[in-house]
Amino acid sequence: MNIKHSNSPKSATRFANAAVNELGWWGAHRFLILRRISQLSVLSLFAIGPFLGLWLLKGNLSTSLLLDTIPLSDPLVTLQVLMSGHWPEISLLLGAVIIVGIYALLGGRVFCSWVCPVNIVTDLASWIRRKLSLPRTSEIPKNLRYYMLGLVLILPILTGVTVWEWLNPVPVVYRAILFGAGSGLWVLAVIFLLDTFVVERAWCSHLCPTGALFSLIGKVSPIKIAAIRAEACNNCMDCFTVCPERQVLKPVLKKGSIQPFILDSDCTLCGRCIDVCAPRVFQYTNRFNSNNSNRIPLKVESKL
Amino acid sequence: MSKINSKLASVNGVNRRQFLATTAKASCVMGMVGLGLTTVSTQSRPLDPFAIRPPGALPEDDFLSACVRCGLCVEACPYDTLKLARWFDGAPTGTPYFTARNIPCEMCDDIPCVKACPSGSLDQKLDNIDDSKMGIAVLIDEKNCLNFRGLRCDVCYRVCPLIDKAITLVLQRNEKSDHHAMFLPTINPDLCTGCGKCEHACVTEQAVIKVLPRHIAMGKAAAHDTYQHTEETTLEMLNKGLSL
Repeated sequence: MNIKHSNSPKSATRFANAAVNELGWWGAHRFLILRRISQLSVLSLFAIGPFLGLWLLKGNLSTSLLLDTIPLSDPLVTLQVLMSGHWPEISLLLGAVIIVGIYALLGGRVFCSWVCPVNIVTDLASWIRRKLSLPRTSEIPKNLRYYMLGLVLILPILTGVTVWEWLNPVPVVYRAILFGAGSGLWVLAVIFLLDTFVVERAWCSHLCPTGALFSLIGKVSPIKIAAIRAEACNNCMDCFTVCPERQVLKPVLKKGSIQPFILDSDCTLCGRCIDVCAPRVFQYTNRFNSNNSNRIPLKVESKL
Repeated sequence: MSKINSKLASVNGVNRRQFLATTAKASCVMGMVGLGLTTVSTQSRPLDPFAIRPPGALPEDDFLSACVRCGLCVEACPYDTLKLARWFDGAPTGTPYFTARNIPCEMCDDIPCVKACPSGSLDQKLDNIDDSKMGIAVLIDEKNCLNFRGLRCDVCYRVCPLIDKAITLVLQRNEKSDHHAMFLPTINPDLCTGCGKCEHACVTEQAVIKVLPRHIAMGKAAAHDTYQHTEETTLEMLNKGLSL
């Protein structure tokens, strides 16, 4: 009954074993660990305020004040407020502009993988899925998140209230920790169960409207992950197994592709593909790095 | 349809039929989600109609459209008065409110909560805390109020930051003893800020004076009601009568 990948010689061995052997444990987990440190650091910067009285960052991920001067605001929350017909104070708008600027530069969905606390939960769900070899029970379209984004922005027009903020799991988690509003964590539990038992990567990769907006913002970003050594790829599929948006990997690994950059802005730039790849195919780079752009087509392809 | 034909009739590998089906399905799903969300949000609004908002808060509906639920006002409050509503608290989740019976508003002169608000859900134009309208105190239970029972409690009157303005003691003959006075705490809704100090200080086990949101505390005369200026018209009539 237990059907494994018949074409993979390492199906019986541990996931990404080759990468651990080749790059060492740290090498094969670098970006995962760094991301967790980053996510928890952001949370800590907020939390040391209410808990220790060190007010570097006030507020939460919806809106915050850095060092009592620089406003930072979630663009989705700001858009909802605007859609509800309320013209906010200039600091909220400025905060949103700053955040949009930062993520347009760094890559939109860097937020998802390096900052968002929900990512820890959905990555956990995904890890459990892999450990238990749970079957995919159903599929939902990837672009459903853009419908969600539209919905989140239309509802304030219809109701006059920022409806999505009742449920938005990102601030819910932050409020739970910073303001002791633990009862909202049921949203996280639902997402965890959904991701683990219903649809693989359901929340972050299919539904989350915040991620959808950041994906749009990231379209202009110069920072990309590139398959700089695609010719070394041995089709072990580890990157596909671990990638939360595996459709973004296909264009760069496809035989004959001369495009090394993962241009699809759904890529969260989490760097897990770099971690798990023993032949060191991937690397963080920027779009203008010409060292990568003169890649020659694969030999197999030149026959076609 | 042959494979070639279906290929020809498609964009990005999706043909018209699939496209229409997907769009219809997605629209249905989104419609349901939207309906659910709207229902939850509008249904739970009246769950806690007594949530008292921070100073300068816009009227409830405007407040809910403006508030980004960041908690900056909560962190700015030096007296831990403000709380962010949790799920099942009643007030919309993540919005600031306070429970006057636990910690009332201390009416800071510099109004730090309003200054901290980035969205304008707390009106930045509020510069005098005495002008704030967080709610209105209502002596809701005369039966258990000690002053109404002929005693001299007066605690609500004495703790009021606007003593003798927002709350006055109105003297009235005590019919029970026939030779005492009753000092009845009386609230002037034009001046009451709704800080809740009276509710906080009320000595009875359950406060007999409570701060209610303005829209619940206040009645409203009908537009056609000609008795609105009774006093004026009566005086006019009397004056006319006298001049005769």
